[in-house]
Amino acid sequence: MTKRRLRNLRESAVRAFFFTNGIVVILILIGIFILLLYSAVPAFREIHLKEFFTSASWDPTSPVKAEYGILSMIVSTLLVTLAALVIAVPIGLGVAAYLSDVAHWRVREIVKPVVEILAGIPSVVIGFLGIVLFGPAIGKIFGLGNGLNAANGGFLLAIMALPTIISISEDSLNTVPAAYSEASLALGGSRWQTLVRVKIPAALSGIIASVMLGLGRAIGETMTVLMATGNARAFPHGFLNSVRTMTSNIAIELGEVPYYTTHYYALFAIGLVLFIITFAVNLAADVVLKKYQEREQ
Amino acid sequence: MSRTSTRKKKAAQFVGFLLLRTCLYLVLAVLFLLLFDVGKKGGGAISWEFLTQTPRRGMTEGGIFPAIFGTFLVTLVTAVLAIPLGMFAAIYLNEYARQTRTTRVIRLAIRNLSGVPSIVYGLFGVILFVNILKFGTSILSAGLTLGLLTLPWTITASEEALKTVPNSYREGSLALGATKWQSIRTNVLPYALPGMLTGTVLGLARAAGETAPIMFTGAAFYLPFLPKSLKDQFMALPYHLYVMATQHHDIAKVRPLAYGTALVLIAFVLGMNMTAVILRSKLRRKRK
Repeated sequence: MTKRRLRNLRESAVRAFFFTNGIVVILILIGIFILLLYSAVPAFREIHLKEFFTSASWDPTSPVKAEYGILSMIVSTLLVTLAALVIAVPIGLGVAAYLSDVAHWRVREIVKPVVEILAGIPSVVIGFLGIVLFGPAIGKIFGLGNGLNAANGGFLLAIMALPTIISISEDSLNTVPAAYSEASLALGGSRWQTLVRVKIPAALSGIIASVMLGLGRAIGETMTVLMATGNARAFPHGFLNSVRTMTSNIAIELGEVPYYTTHYYALFAIGLVLFIITFAVNLAADVVLKKYQEREQ
Repeated sequence: MSRTSTRKKKAAQFVGFLLLRTCLYLVLAVLFLLLFDVGKKGGGAISWEFLTQTPRRGMTEGGIFPAIFGTFLVTLVTAVLAIPLGMFAAIYLNEYARQTRTTRVIRLAIRNLSGVPSIVYGLFGVILFVNILKFGTSILSAGLTLGLLTLPWTITASEEALKTVPNSYREGSLALGATKWQSIRTNVLPYALPGMLTGTVLGLARAAGETAPIMFTGAAFYLPFLPKSLKDQFMALPYHLYVMATQHHDIAKVRPLAYGTALVLIAFVLGMNMTAVILRSKLRRKRK
């Protein structure tokens, strides 16, 4: 009888231990959001929300009148992200389709780990190569003094988004039921027609999810854009302009800002905006992916 | 079907597949170019001295040993926070928690937190560890910040591994009168552990290569000595590369050193990745 009670006691202790761990993790994760919110809100005692989002001039250290508009940073982030997607989506989808429908399985077994190597390269290394390798090349092609601009950043972010886009798109192409392509082939469609008109439409939600995850990564990437886009504060007018994204701006100014000033809080406000944008993008990707998996089952 | 339309179809397929293959070659070419450039120019900088000495003469000479040591140390702190907490939380979520709407929401939130930008974790580290908990800019603050960043990855990977264990394993043990914890310990964990470890080490490798979260929580521009305690600042490989590439007063002169640092960093991170994969196959084989 006592042995049994001991056993029960131990069971509840173990359960309580794991439960506590679960709770701690959840509290930490909620805490991240709350603390961020808590540090961002004081910024708006002095800054109007409208100015924050619609003004393009950011000059917190101006001796005359400090200005806190993040519009040009938002546009910069969008420019770089757009450039990244324009490059990464067609190429990533092409590689995914090649791996799932054309390549010999041996090629696939070799290429997949190689693509994972690409995913493992730290962003600071990619940024470094943006300075020494890809930037100068872009500068030469377009006849610019240096290639530190939105196009360079977009190119580098494309490299970083590719592994995500390739692996998730390929997975979703592979889970299209075999009956779909068999039906298409039996009706006389070629493998190419089957791929383009049957498999890709059937796997579309997975492909969209992969693009959104790549998008989330591109928006939030810091080191690459910080090192390779020149960081000019001016409002950007094209892909060949130097840009300063939201992430770069935090990275540049957080090191020098005096603690607990409006400027300090404003940087956390930018962080909060980033948090919300990326969380929303990832959430949307997740919902799309879940819907698609449920339909497949 | 007429012959011309068949021919057209074949031509379209040929061109289409060629296009897809070009995409693959493009990606491989960029990866090759990238590794080749770092390998060639970085390889020239690597020497025994480079790996074991401290930087000298305003970091224009000498080695990067403090940065290697710092990255190793900070990754250790990251592991101490992220490995147990992540694995235990995953065990709770997958084995103990009732699968309700709440756990689904929690899971969704955890998955999405792994997509939150690393600089946002850096901001969080500045508030919580540096300011509120008063750890200052230190190895401890940076390691804990990276630990939080890694946590969502660790939990998700561990849960994936636990999910691959068939329910019949748990039920068989329970039917024989074992308690829940006994079943988990003897019939679930041995099968899930290789996957859990691999996922965790992959997460740690990613954390080791991160720069943005440690820039403001503890990484130092230059330190002439090694950190003596967890409360000291430290040099780290990724931050050192950033400094050598953009912040140094004589960037052209230190370029070879920057290349060398990049090569060591890539080797460090990919080495950890490889360890994870080898670990998994070894542990799996042992089970069989």
